[in-house]
Amino acid sequence: MTKILVVTSGKGGVGKTTTSASIATGLAQRGNKVAVIDFDVGLRNLDLIMGVERRVVYDFVNVINGEANLHQALIKDKRVDGLFVLAASQTKDKDALTEEGVKKVFDELTADGFDYVICDSPAGIEKGAQLAMHFADEAIVVSNPEVSSVRDSDRMLGLLASKSHRAIHGMEPIRQHLLVTRYSPVRAEAGEMMSVEDMLEILAVPLLGVIPESHAVLNASNAGQPVIMDKASDAGQAYEDAVARLLGEERPLRFMTAEKKGLFGRLFGK
Amino acid sequence: MAESQDTSFLLKGRMLTLMVFELHNPNIVQLAMKLREHMAQAPNLFKNSPVVLDLTPLQDGLKVVDFPALVSLLDNHGLTVVGVAGGNEQQRAAAAKARLALFAESTGRGTGEPAKKEPPAAAPEAEAPAPEAKPEPEPVKDMVVRQTVRAGQQVYARGGDLIVEATVNEGAEVVADGDIHVYGPLRGRAMAGARGRGDARIWCQNLDAELVSINGIYRTRDDIDPALLGKPAVIEVLNDKMTIRALG
Repeated sequence: MTKILVVTSGKGGVGKTTTSASIATGLAQRGNKVAVIDFDVGLRNLDLIMGVERRVVYDFVNVINGEANLHQALIKDKRVDGLFVLAASQTKDKDALTEEGVKKVFDELTADGFDYVICDSPAGIEKGAQLAMHFADEAIVVSNPEVSSVRDSDRMLGLLASKSHRAIHGMEPIRQHLLVTRYSPVRAEAGEMMSVEDMLEILAVPLLGVIPESHAVLNASNAGQPVIMDKASDAGQAYEDAVARLLGEERPLRFMTAEKKGLFGRLFGK
Repeated sequence: MAESQDTSFLLKGRMLTLMVFELHNPNIVQLAMKLREHMAQAPNLFKNSPVVLDLTPLQDGLKVVDFPALVSLLDNHGLTVVGVAGGNEQQRAAAAKARLALFAESTGRGTGEPAKKEPPAAAPEAEAPAPEAKPEPEPVKDMVVRQTVRAGQQVYARGGDLIVEATVNEGAEVVADGDIHVYGPLRGRAMAGARGRGDARIWCQNLDAELVSINGIYRTRDDIDPALLGKPAVIEVLNDKMTIRALG
């Protein structure tokens, strides 16, 4: 059974693409066959984060329009077995996506024996975002510890519960997860950021993980390598935990407390 | 008010507020899609609500309206069509054939004057529902919501009270014609007595609302005594003035 998982947030710049790339990579590393699709038609980014930007020939819209078949458009990752990227079109506008077209691609991926399809949603709640979540079985709502991001996430959760295929057809609801990104324990302790507890209290969905604010994320983006592959980094390990939890494993939360400054830090601290 | 002597029924001329469904496109398929989208946003917005179909936007064209299909479509979404207003002669004849009441006037300011051969001197929309389609006095039903009401969502308990067992988040809106009870934190907007009941009240376990309103009298969060925030409270209107008092 192919599971369709949408990574969404409402707000832009919170880490949807970073999350899509890492979750997809993590699932593939555990032996799953995974396709990760960029739904942000017109503003493609996922290919950069995945480091396949120079290998894009055909894109998602080409497949929907029948200008290429799925196999031509799926870009096979060279580092991880069973990981495929379907890039967004940069030239088409977002009206190129249709519900029937998206369904057709999902049906083909299902027939091809994919275990997971990860949909990297564009920001906003317009058509692209709605199509990205429409057929989802599970949803990862990405939120930063900050009020506007939390409110937008709340809005997305509402839409997932009412406008998705599962909701409209009265099927079992989409399984929802909250992933907190760009979390800074120091700033949370200082009261400059919302705490994870506050976010959970408002959003009332299970916590999939907390990704700390980390230089590793920027470095990974620049290198075109999903941050989960940087096993030494805090963010990479936190994504690894999130993937494990997604698959039902129990993992304690890490990177949640501010590091105590040692003597050196105290002497030369900021 | 004319009352019959017979005690088995009374005839009364009464003003009723009715929702108007302005029909711009009689294409049933497209309409069905639009309605579904609309309802998905606020699933319980229309519950057994009587509506008048306003055909004014269609009356200049030659559009044929399939009334039986339209009535059943709207019925599926909780809208009971009691009659039509506006429309051209053919459209009104078709509506009459579908046993819909013909309202004298178009409902809005509309474009020009609608069909003229009407029961004379009919007061617009006020008394018209009486003769054919009785807008059945809907049984007052309270609505219970168990899940969090999220930003962008609206819940409306038409004709009754609204009980929310969970949180009403910021950016969410809960509305009732009667009272509102919120057992989780109330952080969004709550409007009780929405159709003119001044004695409606709002009870909440944890008052943190963006706005509370009763029968149009409202207060925003900035105007709520900070000492009451985060506490159980009851909000009511006494002598046209909103009062909020702590509970317990």
